[in-house]
This record gives sequence, C-alpha cells and structure tokens, in this order.
Amino acid sequence: MTNDTNTNALTTARLRKLIARGKLKDRLFQIVGVIFLTAGLAVIFLLVSDMIMRGLDRLSLDFFTNFASRRALQAGILSAWVGSLLVMLVTAFAAIPLGICAGVYLEEYAKRNWVTDLIEINITNLAAVPSIVYGLLALGIFVYALGFGQSILTAGLTLALLILPIIIVSTREAIRAIPTAIREGSMAAGATRWQTCRYHIIPYAMPGILTGIIIGLARAIGETAPIITIGALTFIAFLPPLPFTEISAGVTAAPFDWLMSPFTVLPIQIFNWTSRPDPAFEANAAAASFVLMAMVLTMNCVAIWLRYKMRKNIRWQN
Amino acid sequence: MNTNKPLKAEVKNFNFFYGSTQALKNINMPIHDKKVTALIGPSGCGKSTYLRSFNRMHDLYPGNRYEGDIIFHPDNVNLLSEAIDPIEVRMRIGMVFQKPNPFPKSIYENVAYGLRVRGEKNKRVLEDKIEAALKNSALWNEVKDRLHDSAFNLSGGQQQRLCIARALATDPELLLFDEPTSALDPIATGAIEELMHELKEHVTILIVTHNMQQAARVSDYTAYMYLGEMIEFGETNSIFIKPKDKRTEDYITGRMG
Repeated sequence: MTNDTNTNALTTARLRKLIARGKLKDRLFQIVGVIFLTAGLAVIFLLVSDMIMRGLDRLSLDFFTNFASRRALQAGILSAWVGSLLVMLVTAFAAIPLGICAGVYLEEYAKRNWVTDLIEINITNLAAVPSIVYGLLALGIFVYALGFGQSILTAGLTLALLILPIIIVSTREAIRAIPTAIREGSMAAGATRWQTCRYHIIPYAMPGILTGIIIGLARAIGETAPIITIGALTFIAFLPPLPFTEISAGVTAAPFDWLMSPFTVLPIQIFNWTSRPDPAFEANAAAASFVLMAMVLTMNCVAIWLRYKMRKNIRWQN
Repeated sequence: MNTNKPLKAEVKNFNFFYGSTQALKNINMPIHDKKVTALIGPSGCGKSTYLRSFNRMHDLYPGNRYEGDIIFHPDNVNLLSEAIDPIEVRMRIGMVFQKPNPFPKSIYENVAYGLRVRGEKNKRVLEDKIEAALKNSALWNEVKDRLHDSAFNLSGGQQQRLCIARALATDPELLLFDEPTSALDPIATGAIEELMHELKEHVTILIVTHNMQQAARVSDYTAYMYLGEMIEFGETNSIFIKPKDKRTEDYITGRMG
C-alpha cells in the first residue's frame, strides 16, 4: 500500500516536471515570437515615419495640382496621380471580368483532366513571374504588334496581365469555399450551371474575389519595372485629353482619346526624383511615396469594409 | 401485392457505376403513385446513390454511369435516357437533402428559387405559389411575418421545412428525401414525418432513412438494400412483420447493420 502511493507520488512528480518543461518551451516560443513581431513592425514604423517626416513639408494642395518641374519646390505630382488613376481604371476594367470569368469557368465548367491541371499549375506560377517579364511581353505585343504605343491603354493592359493570376486564384479559392450542398440544392431545383453561378456561386464568392481584386490592384499601382519597360515618360507636363474638351483649335477630344495618351505614374515619378542629385527632390519623393501609400491603404480599407458588409449576409451554418 | 395500383415509376434492370466500380446491381422496383416508399439498409448499401439516380444528380460529376431504365409515368419517359436532359428530370422531381441547405438568401427568395429558374417573373404568381408552398410545408404560420428575413434565422427543423417548401413550390411529381431528419432533433423530426403524411395526398415520395422506426411510421412500401442490391421490396407492414429474406429479418431485428 505504501509502496503504491510512493510510485504514484513519483509518477505525479515526473508528470509535473514534464509539463513544466513543455510549458518552458511554450513560453520561450512566445517570447521569440513577440521579439520578431516587434522587430518587423519597428522597421516598418521607422520607414513610414521617416518618409512622413521628410515629405510632410511638401504635402500641400499645390503638390497635387502642379506638374513636374526642374525646380524641386514647384514640382508636383499632377500628371503622376492622374496617370496612376487612369491606368488603374484600365487595369480594373480589363482584369476583373477576365479574371472572374476564368476562375468561374475553371471551377464550375471545366472538366478535370491533364489540360486543366496544366492550366492550374501555369496560373499559379504566372503569379510569381517577375513583373519586368510582363513589361517585355507588353512591349512586344501591345506597343509594337498591336500598335497601342506607349499609352495608358498599354500600361493598363500590361498591369492587367500581371494581376490576372491573382484574381483568378482568389476567385477559385472563394468558389471552393462554397459548400457542395448549395450547388446541389440549386441544381436539384432544376437550375442550369449558369443559373447556379449567376444566383449563387458568383454572389457568394464575391467577398473573396474582392479581396483578390484589391490585392492585385494594390500590387499593380506600385509597379514600376513593367511601366518603364513599355516606355512611359518620366517627365510630362500635360494631362491626357478630357473627353469632349477642345484639345487644339477646333479639335474636340473623342471619349476614349485619353487611352492613347502618353502618361506617367507615381512610382516612376518617385523613381525619377530619387535619382536626382539635388536633395530637395528627396522630399518630393518622400511626399509622393506617402501619397502612393495612402492610395493603397485607402483601397485596402474599402475592400475590408465591402467584404465585411457582404459577408454579413452570407453564412453556411447557424 | 396488388399490381393494379397506379405506378409513378418503374425501375428496370438498373445498374450504377462509379467509374469502374459497380455501386448498384440489377435493381427492379415499382414506385407507387401518391405513396411513401422507404429505402432502408446499412450504411454504404447504396440507398443514397440509388435515390440520387432518380434526379440524375450523378450527372454533375464525371465518371458516373447508369444502365437500365427508370420509366416515369404517366408519359413513360426513361429518366436515365441520354436523350433526356437531366435538368428536365430535376424540374419534375424535387429533392430534400440530409442536412438543411437553405441558400443564404431570404425565406421568400429560397422558396421563389425554383420558380425563378423556370422564368417566372410575375410577382402575384410568385407570391401565391410561395404562400401555398409554405402552407403545404407547415411553415407559413411561423414565417408569414418575416418572409424577407434571412433563412439562416430559422431553426434547423424550420430550415428543413423551408427546403421542403422550396421543392414543393414547383409542383414536383416525385419528391426525394435523403435522410431528411438525420440532422434534426426528435420534435423537428416528428413535424417532418407528420408533414410527409399530408404531402402524399398530392405527391409521390421516396425516402432514404437510417431510422427503421421512421420507415415503419411514414412509409407504405419499404425496400431493403444491402451491398448495392435490392434484397426485398414490399408493403411496409409485411416487410416489418414478416420479412421473406433472412437478411432483411436480421437487419430489421437489429442483428446486423
């Protein structure tokens, strides 16, 4: 009897030791995690605050309404932000419908065989292709073969190609998260595949698709390499023609003339300014970077808000 | 068995294959008009597979193959014929699934769905049919004041009755139930069983169930399936009181399955 309690006590003691050792590792990992997290956040914080401190002086209304100039204090980002905005518009119009259609087709219509497997592998890999390769491709196809020139249209389509895989992949993932029961419920009611997509699959996948779209657009707006490759200008002192306004004596701009206009974008403007010897331009670059970051953050916020609003109405279970 | 009773469908020499695996073997069985027919048998015996053949759900996935006929009356079409579009079949045959699967839409839109895919746009017609379907599924009194609420605000049992209303709204000739109460509590189960009693006045019902008491309570005819074969078919009373086959008896008395 005494013997029994003895062994029991021993085992309990051993157990406690074991647990204590396990918990030590637990604690250790927590500490390491917190340190790394803080380090990462601190670097970002430093970078952003440094950028804001350098650029804050230059952030004024004039900065947004002035064209680039050789005098740093008079230089602004008008052509750059307008260019970025218009290029994003073209990118969105090209990439969103294409990406969603491709994703829906692959998930809901395509038969599973080696061809679709190949396409799947390719699409996933395309997302990892360096952006300059897309620039070279666009130079060959859009600029020369199709004759779009170094225009907003070319830039928009190039970036659309760049983010297409991101949108396709996120569309497919969002669709896969929809339970089979919903699909079968719809089909059992006598719906066609398209009706099922139209009433169920696409609406329920929309929050996920939207996330992909915003991640894609946020990546596209910061891209520099492919835009330089297709030959965007670094110094430009006019805006694309506004539709239906007079561009020269007696000539009115057609609604889509702006698509073929030369342009510049924010990342190129920033790159241009940082490569100048005059330190005054550095402040300009910092201020422009701040604007670019603000644009990306705004886009992300809108996406999060929209996703939250849409998800509220979509649940699979109680 | 009285053979003069009207039939809704006749299954003849039916085989089903998942790829190269034969899941159902040479099934022959009548489905009596405006009666409840229950399919019972141990897990994996193929009863759900069999049920899902009636509305060609297997066509949604590649590699499935049917052999034989399911002749559907009164117009004697073969539901399994390549010439018949599965969508046409599903428009005539409704289905209720194991777990309630309402769409993440309003109660109204859930019931309206079948009508909408049939191109019905008239608001009056929609409203009348939705009301009738919800009354037939004994849900109307509970939801009439909140038709535009989300279907997910309903309890599990209510959701399942909503799914029944969704199937009823388009006046199906045959209604398939795939273990409709296995995810529900006893009270909700009782409500659904009672509902089936009322429904068979207008519609033929085929139900898969794990629960033998349920089969005994709700069905007029019972088929016992085992390993993809139809072992015995007959009036529920005779199957449960005097099964002819030893295997049926073993299953019903709980010695197997």
